[in-house]
Amino acid sequence: MKPAPFAFVRPQGLQHALEALAADEGAKVLAGGQSLVPLLNMRLAAPTTLVDINGLPALDEVLVSDEGVEVPALARQADVLASTAVRRVQPLLGLALAHVAHATIRNRGTVVGSLVHADAAAELPMVLALLGGHLRVASTAGTREIPADELFAGPLESTVRHDEIAVSAFFPALGADEGVAFAELARRHGDYAMCGAGALVRVEGDRVTRAWVAYLSVCDVPTVVDVELDDVGAEALAAAAERALGRLDPVGDVHASADYRAHLARVLTVRVLREAYDDARARAVGGRADPLGGRADPLGGRADPLGGRADPLGGRAESRP
Amino acid sequence: MSEQLHDLRLTVNGVAHALRVPARRLLSDALRHDLGLTGTHVGCEHGVCGACTVLLDGLPTRSCLMFAVSAVDVDITTVEGLTEADGTLGAVQQAFLECHGLQCGFCTPGFLTTVTAGLRQHPTPTEDDARDMVAGNLCRCTGYTNIVRSVLRAAELAGGEA
Ligand SMILES: Cc1cc2nc3c(=O)[nH]c(=O)nc-3n(C[C@H](O)[C@H](O)[C@H](O)COP(=O)(O)OP(=O)(O)OC[C@H]3O[C@@H](n4cnc5c(N)ncnc54)[C@H](O)[C@@H]3O)c2cc1C
Ligand code: FES
Ligand code: FES
Repeated sequence: MKPAPFAFVRPQGLQHALEALAADEGAKVLAGGQSLVPLLNMRLAAPTTLVDINGLPALDEVLVSDEGVEVPALARQADVLASTAVRRVQPLLGLALAHVAHATIRNRGTVVGSLVHADAAAELPMVLALLGGHLRVASTAGTREIPADELFAGPLESTVRHDEIAVSAFFPALGADEGVAFAELARRHGDYAMCGAGALVRVEGDRVTRAWVAYLSVCDVPTVVDVELDDVGAEALAAAAERALGRLDPVGDVHASADYRAHLARVLTVRVLREAYDDARARAVGGRADPLGGRADPLGGRADPLGGRADPLGGRAESRP
Repeated sequence: MSEQLHDLRLTVNGVAHALRVPARRLLSDALRHDLGLTGTHVGCEHGVCGACTVLLDGLPTRSCLMFAVSAVDVDITTVEGLTEADGTLGAVQQAFLECHGLQCGFCTPGFLTTVTAGLRQHPTPTEDDARDMVAGNLCRCTGYTNIVRSVLRAAELAGGEA
């Protein structure tokens, strides 16, 4: 199918873009188009104006500092994934990005666009929520920061207003006493996951002081749970998974039943907590290898940590954009 | 109300074309309908199948997820642009021919563009690399085995510099 007609604006600067958005209540921002254009093609959305921000200046350079990673609106997922500086300061970003769609989609899709799109099955909203990052948005009225825990309002619904442009997202750096891990299960590498989890674990010596796990594709919005972990024995980890499940409300759909999702959440919780703990310990005892093995490779996918290989035959074509 | 038309210039396979299209014209349709470059195929129109993949400044991109009006500042390469200047097949095309990397051919343009860019990143791919390279493209005919073979053969033909 083809999109319904719309007026097209290619603004020269941010102010012009913001004015164009403010002028039409039915206007929408077009970034990488990897989520929006499928919706237009299927006529699930019919904005009256599209404001194409791709030509805006100074919105593509990722800023990496000791505090964290600031990703501007036009930084493509592929470029953020390929950045070793980003992986050094906040490894979880690269771990998760490797699971976002396929290389071809990441060449065009933006990190910020994925956050605004707010798909509960998407990896990046979960990462922002787990790390307690924020989104910086601008409108003709000025700029504001939306913390991650106020950003995701419901399925495909963020609190970014129609006349606002998200100019950047901020992902806090990994602390010296912290470790992270990510795992997801998808029918086919590159598809949306049936369930995914990320963990952030803080240690003091070999003792866990705090541990959080965040989930994607389990509830309507990315959900972060403080699992109150204090040791990483099998029993403690299993108990942490039960505690997490008590706070989750897995939904069933054509991809996985609610029970199956609960099962996956349990298994993945144990796995990511253990890995994040090991990661924190490895960092504490001096350095830790690049989690992606230094293979800054935006084109070649990578092995799935759950052992699922890129198998073009091993699953249905996922048709959700 | 008649729909507003936009005048644009697209650079496709090194040639500049002027065209006049509505904003909603997908790049895939502009290539096929307005420019007559029907080598780019259209399957799903929502980014999943990969048949419409073209190279934008050398990077594989879904042409069905982009509007022609947004493609004005880039060099577009379609499957037609993968042949050599003298009209003979490029290395990737030749490899697909030799290894039976296609049957009906519907998916092929998307594989050829994707693999052309992939080999620039990985001039000497392993079989796993080759599989990963094409994992975002769907083929209903071949079962992929000969496509993976074609990727490896293309790397050989290109002598490590596709
Ligand atoms: C085949 C396929 C598979 C995919 N698989 C995955 C996957 O496994 N995991 C995953 O997370 N994603 C997946 N995606 C989605 C992809 O990651 C998108 O790139 C991303 O969700 C949106 O980013 P975008 O830049 O393309 O945004 P667009 O599509 O341009 O925009 C998406 C929405 O966000 C708004 N928006 C975008 N940028 C801004 C901004 N700066 N300010 C205000 N509003 C803005 C738009 O108005 C629109 O509503 C897949 C997509 C495809 C086509
Ligand atoms: S037609 Fe573009 S990906 Fe299927
Ligand atoms: S050769 Fe027929 S779909 Fe691939």
